[in-house]
Amino acid sequence: MLESVLITIATAATPLLIAAIGELVVERSGVLNLGVEGMMVMGAVTGFGVAVTTGSPWLGVLAAILVGAAFSLLFGFLTLSLVTNQVATGLALTLLGLGVSGMIGEAFIGMPGVKLGTISIPVLSEIPYVGRFLFAQDPLFYISIVLVAGVSYFLFFTRAGLTLRSVGDNHDSAHALGIRVIAIRYAAVAFGGACAGLAGAYLSLVYTPQWIENMTAGRGWIALALVVFASWRPWRVLAGAYLFGAVSIGQLHAQVIGVSIPSQFLTALPYLATVVVLVLISRNRRLTMVNTPACLGRPFVPAR
Amino acid sequence: MMRLQLVKRPQHSAFFSAVSPLIALALTMIAGAIMFSVLGKNPLDALYYYFIDPLRETWSLHELAIKAAPLILIAVGLSVCFLSNNWNIGAEGQFIAGAIAGGILPVVFPDFQNVLVLPLMLIMGMIGGAAYASVPAFLKARFNTNEILTSLMLVYVAQLFLDWLVRGPWRDPGGMNFPETRDFHAFAILPELMPSAGRANWGIVFALLAAVILWFVLRKTLKGFEIRVLGQSPRAGRFAGFSASHMVMVSFLISGALAGLAGISEVSGAIGQLQPAISPGYGFTAIIVAFLGRLNPLGIVAAGFVLALSYLGGEAAQISIGLSDKAARAFQGMLLFFVLGCDTLIHYRIRLVGLSVAKTGETGAETNA
Amino acid sequence: MRKLLLALAASTAALAFAASPSLAQDKTKACWIYVGPIGDFGYSYQHHQGLLDVEKHFGDKVETAYLESVPEGADTERALERFARSGCDIIFATSFGFMDPVQKVAAKFPDIKFEHATGFKRDHPNVSTYNSRFHEGRYVQGVIAAKMSKTGVAGYIASFPIPEVVMGINAFMLGAQSVNPDFKVKIVWANTWFDAGKEADAAKALLDQGVDIITQHTDSTAPLQVAAERGIKGFGQASDMIKFAPETQLTSIVDDWGPYYIERVQEVMDGTWKQSDVWGGMKAGHVKMAPYMNMPDDVKALAEATEKKIKDEGFNPFTGPVYKQDGTLWLEEGKVAPDGEVLGMNFYVKGVDGELPK
Repeated sequence: MLESVLITIATAATPLLIAAIGELVVERSGVLNLGVEGMMVMGAVTGFGVAVTTGSPWLGVLAAILVGAAFSLLFGFLTLSLVTNQVATGLALTLLGLGVSGMIGEAFIGMPGVKLGTISIPVLSEIPYVGRFLFAQDPLFYISIVLVAGVSYFLFFTRAGLTLRSVGDNHDSAHALGIRVIAIRYAAVAFGGACAGLAGAYLSLVYTPQWIENMTAGRGWIALALVVFASWRPWRVLAGAYLFGAVSIGQLHAQVIGVSIPSQFLTALPYLATVVVLVLISRNRRLTMVNTPACLGRPFVPAR
Repeated sequence: MMRLQLVKRPQHSAFFSAVSPLIALALTMIAGAIMFSVLGKNPLDALYYYFIDPLRETWSLHELAIKAAPLILIAVGLSVCFLSNNWNIGAEGQFIAGAIAGGILPVVFPDFQNVLVLPLMLIMGMIGGAAYASVPAFLKARFNTNEILTSLMLVYVAQLFLDWLVRGPWRDPGGMNFPETRDFHAFAILPELMPSAGRANWGIVFALLAAVILWFVLRKTLKGFEIRVLGQSPRAGRFAGFSASHMVMVSFLISGALAGLAGISEVSGAIGQLQPAISPGYGFTAIIVAFLGRLNPLGIVAAGFVLALSYLGGEAAQISIGLSDKAARAFQGMLLFFVLGCDTLIHYRIRLVGLSVAKTGETGAETNA
Repeated sequence: MRKLLLALAASTAALAFAASPSLAQDKTKACWIYVGPIGDFGYSYQHHQGLLDVEKHFGDKVETAYLESVPEGADTERALERFARSGCDIIFATSFGFMDPVQKVAAKFPDIKFEHATGFKRDHPNVSTYNSRFHEGRYVQGVIAAKMSKTGVAGYIASFPIPEVVMGINAFMLGAQSVNPDFKVKIVWANTWFDAGKEADAAKALLDQGVDIITQHTDSTAPLQVAAERGIKGFGQASDMIKFAPETQLTSIVDDWGPYYIERVQEVMDGTWKQSDVWGGMKAGHVKMAPYMNMPDDVKALAEATEKKIKDEGFNPFTGPVYKQDGTLWLEEGKVAPDGEVLGMNFYVKGVDGELPK
């Protein structure tokens, strides 16, 4: 039973993790994109649509990634090239995403989906208690872990990662050093969009293989919370996503066992937990200062 | 390679301040017309129902005021926050907190009925909203906790708390166990302005008053100067003797109180009771309204009406020509994009670098279409 | 800004006036407002199927319009008034939360007929209420579940603790107890009508806790898909979901609003519409069961017999003796619960685990 609970938690956590890790890179470059929900729902509808039309869930995944990235570039164009306010533009992107996905999705309502199958690794997946959890999962689960490791390595152990962080920390001096701030931010935004698209595809191809309007149901917002919750550290995003998953699955189990707390309070737990952890983390001023991209949300216009 | 380049204007362009909304509107209409044609609708019909039909009749103008009031009220409060660099994303939660706090009197003490009830409710609503906003403000001032996230998280908590209240302790004893409170009694109802003409109530008056007062404070008083200085450069503010953590509290309390007032006005005016969902996301939409209005309280009034019109127009188009709700939302998103994008022209010249002839102005905006 | 808009669009307006479609007076116009998107493939989707049935049945004689995703609050009244002013002859408001706005707008437009689903207020002669006895179907499901379950424990994913949902749980339980008096049901409140992911999580939690059959009062197909993956049986909701889980769905309660809508629109055409409070069940054709599949013949036979008993013999699932959860007698032997008490139900019957959220 423990193992299947773990797998349930992983399924709940993976889409949050994928979307959050993308947004982490975006924010590390100094851009705040509040449009995660909109990009995710676009990924969900394209992933589903392409998968059912072609019969190949992998093509669906690919399309979701591309559409997520393309959609995010709309945000990029406005905020980076036209220096519009990032908060407002991100919110508008969500609005647009929910609308457009609904229009595209009208054709797919009530259609059974195609599910991305699981991949079991022989021998390893038979380890008691954790084998199936770690080694017999859907392919996007593995990808999510690889993404975290890759982003962590990229940010802290490569020159390009250092450059990206420097753009987020101080775009003026980065520019003075000859770094192309805007180009790097475009790349980061597109990566974030691609991840959000992939996270959306996870919803419509793995989690619940079907298309329902607004099926992201606020998960994009939670992904945004996770990034700050993790104080912009990739492995902490992973921990945060699984913690969030564990709390939300845990409250369902508590109900089945018969713990009689009003379910509204149980549902509110993850949000309150996020606030508490945020406070605990931020009490350590030095730690937050080191990790917070200093230019987050600030527009950059190169002087000529 | 061709790319856009922004050149900061020495001072903001008064010409483009006035013209950019027109350019945005024109672009939205063109893009919208294309979208509507693709959907097989007559674009002229669609645009007509979207922008004109809701303005043709008096009752509909009243509805416009009802829809715009909470947006304006919340957004002017948010403008104080945003101008001083405090990112309150949780106005939705403060709206709900205000509605709950203000609702205590008519729901818990239904027998307390006199002319004092309504003023007390409004005050309690403002206190409720401000108190709820003080949580992220305190955490930011004291622990430097990111307010975007805490205020956002508290939205969900407020929604769930209201949900619990109306399904549990505050449930209408005579309501067949359905999730809603008892109807507010007559003394607890925010009066309509012109009952014979339509539903608009005092909420819109509160909104306009708040806008004018805050406009005056921001433009003409030392406090307003302090807010703007701290927002533009916290260091300069500190030299001037302004306290940033003091400003965190002040701006959050103002915006929380106004969001709370919007909340109690909505439930005592347009709804008349508490129910599980009292806001279709006003707190979030108001963020967009604040920026559309360029964080200027008077601009926000205009922006609030435009956004309200886009909701009413969306419905009119749905009913009369069967344009779907999703298309209306997508159109709304497009409108916002164009308005935000065109406002860039106020502060910047736009050049296309890499072309033999450098162009300015509208060219940049057109690539957006 | 508003003036600006006006001025700008004035030219457009002149053209559009000419182009705007003229309202045909001889047609009856029927209008719907939905609380969710018609793409939820659940509650609002089923009501929209009813609209389509009306169009199919009346063809040219009827004109329809709908508004989807109308929030319950200040927006409801505006949506209703816009419909009333746009020439609708009858307006169906399909969510409980629309109740008070319906009364207010109905007072202003006495010539227009208002139909409110799942509510109980009929303050004006031009307001009717209607609902379906879905719990009749849940009784049948309970019978099937008790027959099919090996562990004797079913999982029940519930949305919100309102009477509608509570009576469903109780009917399911009474159906199950008619087969196996010791049957248990475990309940999870998902606090949502449609969030596929959360419903799937709830289904998994229930299965991990040892239930071997699940049913739901939330809208998506997700729980059924989870059941299919785990190789156990389950029930559909609101529509026939067999194509989502061909080897899993035992049956499904199908909300068929079409017959009622056709009947009421016909009455408006004939001028015979009168205020009423209709709570139709299987007998009226408002509640249907999807074909019984994936079960042995004896279970199928019992399910059909139960359905027949309700449909043709007028059997009421709430027929005594029925005990409340705490063991007190609610209905004496042979007594049938009055509708009023069922509509406000806020207690569990004996045998249901857990405490009803208050």
